Amino acid sequence: MLDTAPFQKADALTASRHYAAASAAVCLRQKGKSVSSETTPEDWSALILRVRDTQDKAAFAALFRHFAPRIKGFLMKSGASATLAEECAQDVMATLWQKAHLFDPARASAATWIFTIARNRRIDALRKSRRPEPEELTWGPEAEPDQHEALELSQDTERLGEALALLPQKQRDLIERAYFHDLSHSEIATETGLPLGTIKSRIRLALERLRHKMS
Amino acid sequence: MTIRHHITDQLLMGYSAGQLPEAFNLVIAAHLSFCDECRARLGAFDAIGGALMGECDSVAMMESSLTATLDRLTQPAPAPRLRRKACKVLPAPLVDYVGGDLASVKWRSIGMGVRQAILPTDAGATARLLYIPAGQKVADHSHRGMELTLVLQGAFSDETDRFGPGDLEIANDDLHHQPVAEEGPDCICLAATEAPLRFNGLLPRLAQPFLRI
Repeated sequence: MLDTAPFQKADALTASRHYAAASAAVCLRQKGKSVSSETTPEDWSALILRVRDTQDKAAFAALFRHFAPRIKGFLMKSGASATLAEECAQDVMATLWQKAHLFDPARASAATWIFTIARNRRIDALRKSRRPEPEELTWGPEAEPDQHEALELSQDTERLGEALALLPQKQRDLIERAYFHDLSHSEIATETGLPLGTIKSRIRLALERLRHKMS
Repeated sequence: MTIRHHITDQLLMGYSAGQLPEAFNLVIAAHLSFCDECRARLGAFDAIGGALMGECDSVAMMESSLTATLDRLTQPAPAPRLRRKACKVLPAPLVDYVGGDLASVKWRSIGMGVRQAILPTDAGATARLLYIPAGQKVADHSHRGMELTLVLQGAFSDETDRFGPGDLEIANDDLHHQPVAEEGPDCICLAATEAPLRFNGLLPRLAQPFLRI
């Protein structure tokens, strides 16, 4: 163990340098865009695929810098202390590395997938209970997800973000409270002001496509 | 398996948000194991979570954070928990909780041929497997809080409808019902009931008779 330590440090340094290169590349790609200065959802998915396929530490560092502070914010908004949130955000990012082989960009965007990891970590940490997960399904014969489907999914996700932004403040608050641990399960079950229909009607998200793929 | 009774949007959102008691999560995970439609709908709710997390105010990580995490990556990952395979009646998440297939369930008789097995979950709600012989009526009962019942084998009917394999009945505290198991295979269900917080502490097991089934 001891003799590998210097290499780990070196790895980290190289990774940070690679990160700088990666973000520069992203910036270059975005020069042509007038509207958004943000990395697109497809870019984040591509970075997870690089982690998955080549254990790319530069890609990991780029993901870390973007998502870890958001995960930490999410956990603190859900009631975790800064220390616990910091620790859990690191855990979530380490889990992303370990479970990257389970990531499928046709099924979930990077943000969605990372959210499910963070949520599970939150259940462990704040509620100290297990989370039962459904059976793994086989999703049809294709080994590699269709690029077209991955693109459609990320467009759906973008539309979802827009739909959320357009909600009246009161409804938006309810949704946030549900996800940030501020609405009990019985409140969720009986709350009639939740705009679930509204949101769902704004996204074609997966439904038909996934059903078709699974059958 | 033709499923007619699905998870409501509210419960799916609660599951996605990680807001339900473990026993409810278990029933929902079991239903999702049978039901592609609900699983696809869940994807939409997870996406809402992803979008909300993405819009959260960032809180800066500690300076050493990235290096510390990169260091961890070179260590071997913890061995993944071995997942048991589903058996004919129990989907994988239930096999995990039972610790084996249907033959491993530790049934206890609760009268009239009906048997139950309480599964270990956190205190927010109670999960139990129920075994109701074909043709048997279950003592008529009402609920304290919400009750979710998922049919795993056979079928039952009550005042509201018929529930076959994969169907989920969602009963609130206003429902007073008397389920009857159909003729044919004996009926096996997974049920989760809200346990009021006062069951915490010394008397949880003694309080159980009040839940009646």
